[in-house]
This record gives sequence, structure tokens and C-alpha cells, in this order.
Amino acid sequence: MPKIKLPTKQPFIDMTPMVDLFSILLIFFLLTGTFRAQEPAPVDTPFSISEKPTPDFNNMTIVFSSDNRVFFNVDNGSDTLLKYRPKILECVGERFNIQFTPEELRKFEKYNTSIGVPIEKMKEFLNAEDPSVREALQTGIPYDSLNNQLEVWVLCTRQINPAVVASLKGDANTEFPTVRRILDILQDKNVNRFNLVTSLRAVKVEDTEN
Amino acid sequence: MADIGGAQETGKKGGKKRRARRGVVRVDMTPMVDLMCLLITFFMLTTAFSKPKIMEIVLPEKIKKDKEKEEAPKIAKSRTLNIILGPENKVLWYTGAVDDPKNPPPLQVTDFSPTGIRALLLERNRALFRKIEQFNNDIISGKIKMPLDSIEPAISRLKKEDDTGPIVLIKAYKSSNYGNFVDILDEMSIVGIARYAIVDISWIEEQMVEKTLGISSTGSTP
Repeated sequence: MPKIKLPTKQPFIDMTPMVDLFSILLIFFLLTGTFRAQEPAPVDTPFSISEKPTPDFNNMTIVFSSDNRVFFNVDNGSDTLLKYRPKILECVGERFNIQFTPEELRKFEKYNTSIGVPIEKMKEFLNAEDPSVREALQTGIPYDSLNNQLEVWVLCTRQINPAVVASLKGDANTEFPTVRRILDILQDKNVNRFNLVTSLRAVKVEDTEN
Repeated sequence: MADIGGAQETGKKGGKKRRARRGVVRVDMTPMVDLMCLLITFFMLTTAFSKPKIMEIVLPEKIKKDKEKEEAPKIAKSRTLNIILGPENKVLWYTGAVDDPKNPPPLQVTDFSPTGIRALLLERNRALFRKIEQFNNDIISGKIKMPLDSIEPAISRLKKEDDTGPIVLIKAYKSSNYGNFVDILDEMSIVGIARYAIVDISWIEEQMVEKTLGISSTGSTP
């Protein structure tokens, strides 16, 4: 019986179009997406129907997580020409008699996520090389009446950039007294307009026929 | 990896090459596809496509204690609706005000479902809600023509002119959470309540909540 001769050469699939496709996808994702900044604490924002996007600049964000830690972030978008961040840290440091070296200020400027470090620990935080050490120092900014550092941060930010608008980004499970306390601190500094950061949720309002 | 296609061995091994082989150089693209796949996965996971949304609230200015005695603005009792955010996503409400601390008005318990607090607010705010809806429909159908950026001021004017809807006072019991707070503000904008304010809870109201929900008060017993 004659054997059927199988072709010895294996089929060759041309992958070039697939590479083309993937490069196009890759370029698309690179252009449309923005990097998600890593928050020091997990924050599940509550939902609302609001469709207003967050402003890109002149924005200070107070982040609070469900374990009542408070973080602070100044976001001026990609516009770093004005270099608010080091100025703010300098101003806060002055209030607590802490001098920051230019190098520390530069490190603070580069650090682009929220900061939740008591000002006494800030030097240690900025000079730490190990990310896990930094993580451990993020104990939240003190905001009780005896040691109200959050107030100073807000005050300094508004001094340096008067056009700043306060945003609150909080975990939905935070207890209300914490929120009230933060609102009180801001209101004491005459900040009465807030942006609450929320996730979008579509709501259908049912017809209201009697 | 790369091989030269179309150049079959002719069997003339060792023979002199007369001309250069005219084969097509075929490069295996599979590893590149793998790499692209990984990169795409990485970027998809690390980027955020939708920016977070914001909800604007404006709180009334605080009445400073050291300034001369400023009276809190007075509001009509009959239009007042007090909403108290309770524990475990409960919402409690009563109308009017507490006149007699010994005999407080009964609290109604409801929740954040569409048939709960929203139905109540909608019922009370129906006139204004209809007006806003009518206005929105007119815009969509083209009956009213106006530039996009003046729609919002027009709606807020409608709200300002309204004098039938409730004046909602939002209060929060101590064990309510931030999610409830945002939810209730959200309900305000869904239903189109013209006038609402966030007010500190009074001890009488705290007691009312505790009595209604059967929570033992953490403070001293009277």
C-alpha cells in the first residue's frame, strides 16, 4: 500500500497583519488613556448622576479613606511651569518651623499622588528610598483641633494659588462625622464651594403620572 | 526565525553560484505579536479612560460666632422637609419643625430606593419637576432655541422662581456615611429640588432617630 506522503514543510502563517493591528490598538490606547494615579489608600467613590468632568488644573483634592485617614493632593495638571507644589510644601514647613532643602522640595514636586504624611515625618518620607517605607509613613494628615495640619495645607494652597477649587474624594463608607469635620475645616477657611468626586451612574427618573 | 522562502534546494550542492538567490526574506512575526499583546494588556490595565466626575455643592457661609449676632435665615415651616440620614442606609424624614421637645413629630423611615425618598421628594416637588422636564423637552424638540451654555442658567432661574417646592434640610445622624450624603445630594439634583441645605443635627433629632430605630443612646439617659 502506498503511503500518503505528508508535506514535510510546516505551514507558515504570516503574522505581519496581526502586528499591524496590534500596533494600531496600542497607539489608540496610548493616546486615549490617561495614567491612573496610584492612590495611597483604596477609595471607592460614591455614585451620582453628575456628568461634569474633574477640572484639569487649579484643583486641590482632599482624599479620605474609610479608615478615616486624610490625604491631600494639589493637581495642576500637566502645567508644571508654575511649580506650586514645592512652594506649598515650603509654606507648610515654615508654619511648623521645618526647613526643606531644595532637593527635598524637588522630590516633593515629582511625587504626583496624594500625600498623607504628618509634616514632622515629611523629611523622612521624602528621603526614603524604599516604597514600602513610604507606604508605612502614609498615616494620614492630622486634622483634629489640637494638631490641625490639614487646615495649614488648605491655607497655604490658597495663598499660593488663590484660584484653587477644593475637591473632596472620599470612600462611600467613611463615617459622616469625619466628612463634617473636613467640611468644617474648609468652611473655616471660607471655602464654601466643593466638588465631590463621584462615579457616574445612570438614573432613569420614572414618569410621575399621578 | 527568519527563513528564506521560495529557495528550494536544487540538489546542486557545492556547485558554483551563478547568481544570488532571489528569495523573499520572511521574518517570523509571532514574538512581536506576543510583545504587542503584552503591551496592550499593560496599558489597558494601567490607564483610566473615563475621568472621574464631580458634583458641585455650595454650602452656606458659616455664621461666625465672634461677629455680631447674625440670625440664621428664617424659613417657612409648612414648606420645610427635614431629611435625616440614618444608620444602615436608612433615611428618616418629618415635616415642619420640632416645636415641643417633649412631643416631637413622628419620624417616617424610608430608604434610597426609587420608591423611597425619591418618590416622596418627587411628589412634593412635582410642579417644579414638570416645569424643568417640559423645558428640557422643548429644548430637545427644538421648540425653544438657545445656545448650549445658557441652558443651565435658565434651569437655575426656573428653580429660583419656584415657590411651591419643599425646602429640604439635610441632617446626618452620626453613624451615617459619606455615601449616604452623596446619595441624598444626588436625589436633590435628580428631582430638581430648588432649595436645600445641609444642617447640623440637633440633639432632639438625634434622640428622635434613636427612639424610632430603637438604638440605645450612647449618651447619658435622661
